[in-house]
Amino acid sequence: MPKMTMVDALNTALHQEMEQDDSVIVLGEDVAVDGGVFRVTEGLLDAFGEQRVIDTPLAEAGIVGTSIGMAIYGLRPVCEIQFSGFSYLAFHQLESHAARMRWRSRGAYTVPMVLRTPYSGGVRALEHHSESREAYWAHTPGLKMVIPSTPRNARALLISAIRDPDPVIFYEPKAVYRAFREEVPEEEETWPIGKAQVVREGEQLTMISYGAMMRPTLEAADKLAQEDGVEVEVIDVLTIAPLDHETFSESAKKTGRVLIVHEAPRSFGPGAEIVARLVENSFWYLEAPIRRVTGYDVVIPLFAYEKAYLPSADRILRAARETLETPA
Amino acid sequence: MPREVVDIPCQVDYLSILDEDGQVIDADLEPDIPDGRLLQLHRTMLLARRFDERMLQLQRQGRIGTFAPVRGQEAAQLGIVAALRDSDWMVPSFREQAASLWRGQSLESFLLVYGGFYQGNELPGNELPEGTRNLPVAVPVGTQPLHAVGLSYAIKYRGQDDVVVTFFGDGATSEGDFHEAMNFAGVFQTPTIFVCQNNQWAISVPRSRQTNSETLAQKALAYGFPGRQVDGNDILAVYVAAEEAAERARSGDGPTMIECVTYRLSMHTTADDPSRYREEEEVEEWRRREPLPRFQAYLKQRDLLSDSDIEETEEEIQGEIQDAIDRAEERMEKLANEELSMFDHMYAEMPPYLREQRDELARELAGQEGNDA
Repeated sequence: MPKMTMVDALNTALHQEMEQDDSVIVLGEDVAVDGGVFRVTEGLLDAFGEQRVIDTPLAEAGIVGTSIGMAIYGLRPVCEIQFSGFSYLAFHQLESHAARMRWRSRGAYTVPMVLRTPYSGGVRALEHHSESREAYWAHTPGLKMVIPSTPRNARALLISAIRDPDPVIFYEPKAVYRAFREEVPEEEETWPIGKAQVVREGEQLTMISYGAMMRPTLEAADKLAQEDGVEVEVIDVLTIAPLDHETFSESAKKTGRVLIVHEAPRSFGPGAEIVARLVENSFWYLEAPIRRVTGYDVVIPLFAYEKAYLPSADRILRAARETLETPA
Repeated sequence: MPREVVDIPCQVDYLSILDEDGQVIDADLEPDIPDGRLLQLHRTMLLARRFDERMLQLQRQGRIGTFAPVRGQEAAQLGIVAALRDSDWMVPSFREQAASLWRGQSLESFLLVYGGFYQGNELPGNELPEGTRNLPVAVPVGTQPLHAVGLSYAIKYRGQDDVVVTFFGDGATSEGDFHEAMNFAGVFQTPTIFVCQNNQWAISVPRSRQTNSETLAQKALAYGFPGRQVDGNDILAVYVAAEEAAERARSGDGPTMIECVTYRLSMHTTADDPSRYREEEEVEEWRRREPLPRFQAYLKQRDLLSDSDIEETEEEIQGEIQDAIDRAEERMEKLANEELSMFDHMYAEMPPYLREQRDELARELAGQEGNDA
């Protein structure tokens, strides 16, 4: 199996899907000649031509609204918004149309599109280039919201998203883009959307995270094993909406203790929904208050202070130890 | 030469074929529309008018909810869609009852939607021959032209020669999405026809407040394709403009914008009171130019229509409308207990948490609350 970065893996997914389905179209700013500012769409123009790999004018609502029309016709557009911080210029197209066309037309017209966009901090970027606002999309009925965490699941989930009959917002953790390589099977692989994954098994604590925060979360889990001799269970949510609460609710029933990690702001963040589902499904099994390690409810600072804003392995470790030490 | 004039195409023509009394001004411009089709257009125009009046009554009686009357704009819509093929697409805003009737939408479906039942939007889909290729109404102003651009890009990509018409109003030309759609269509040379029904008023804000431009049609020039004005109350002029735009689009020459200069004779929606912002004299002036009598006068001159024909058609139409109301009200009564359908069509496949919420509502409706409280 070749070892790939997440950028390579996403690029492979796009090549493979475009190869086998001529209804897949890629469009966005700088996606064709430049291959995307992160090079995720590199080589697609040469392979598939300018009718299918489209450099659009610089207009986010235009990109998303055009994708909606293409999808209604029966194409499978994969549009890129260069940074998720600019996706709000297309917010209304997603909320008012992409999410509702199936509902509004009672199933006659559907919008099988994917909106790919990099999110997450930690790359020393300008303002608007580091935030995590997955809650906006997860809160919108009719949309699906997927966030991969590794090259392998990124490739498999992007293929699933392209084939999904409904609109999928696909957040790519840019801090992971080239952070490490992972073996990615050469043969086609899809992962189900709407399914979380237990990535590390344990008995004493459940740690729930996703996207770029999976790395510090797993680092904290390693330290707990090495330094404290504690085996924690780690769950990668992978799909924020529709949220798979069964996987983490079952885990919480086993461990009785839960810690949630995300870099999005805390209030009304995905963690709040996860806590609510846990209370509904696993309340009688809980032995300690559920803790959240998250971004703060502020604008993510420019990069001089972003390290203090983003959950780190140490912060997660301290919260985990507090949760473990709380008497039942 | 440090300073020179850049020569850009800068012309908007205004097309008008019938005068205010329905007389042909220039016979060379008169389109060759078969007699039967002209009479069909007249029937649909009359149907749209009477249906509009009847819906207003129903709304005032509390039998349906808010809707946007079409009165005065029938020619601006029918002239356009009459020039289309069934396989072409229509992307409407929320006032296109006349166009939609021509394109096969039923009276009953309007009554259901404005009666609060989304089942009225159940469409046969886009697969011809039974499909309509009409998108459902788009309420957020000016957002839908982009969908027309996406559809028309897809048509071009698939090598088809269909075209896409999108309707919007003068107010929509102030929205960013309108400009993005025009720009994308110009850049990609898509087979899109942008139809602005300039009805002079966006609720209480007059056309002069939307833009300082002399015309709305000239917006197209900035995006590199033709924009033209037509007398929007002259169905023949609208038809000719649409036919030319469709021909351009089909032969690969790209988009066109048509500004139909018309007037909203009625209210913005049934929740609006136009007397708060416009003078009755202005309305009266436009009433003289309104499309229905003009078209009837034209048909009479051509001996295609008589007063007794009109009377007969009026009677037929009243019956048709009454039947539709009876059917729609009967259907609404039956549908009244189908609240659980609100969970349908959110996704291709209902996710587990939605099934749970659906069950929760089912218990609520059955009056048996869960015992887990």
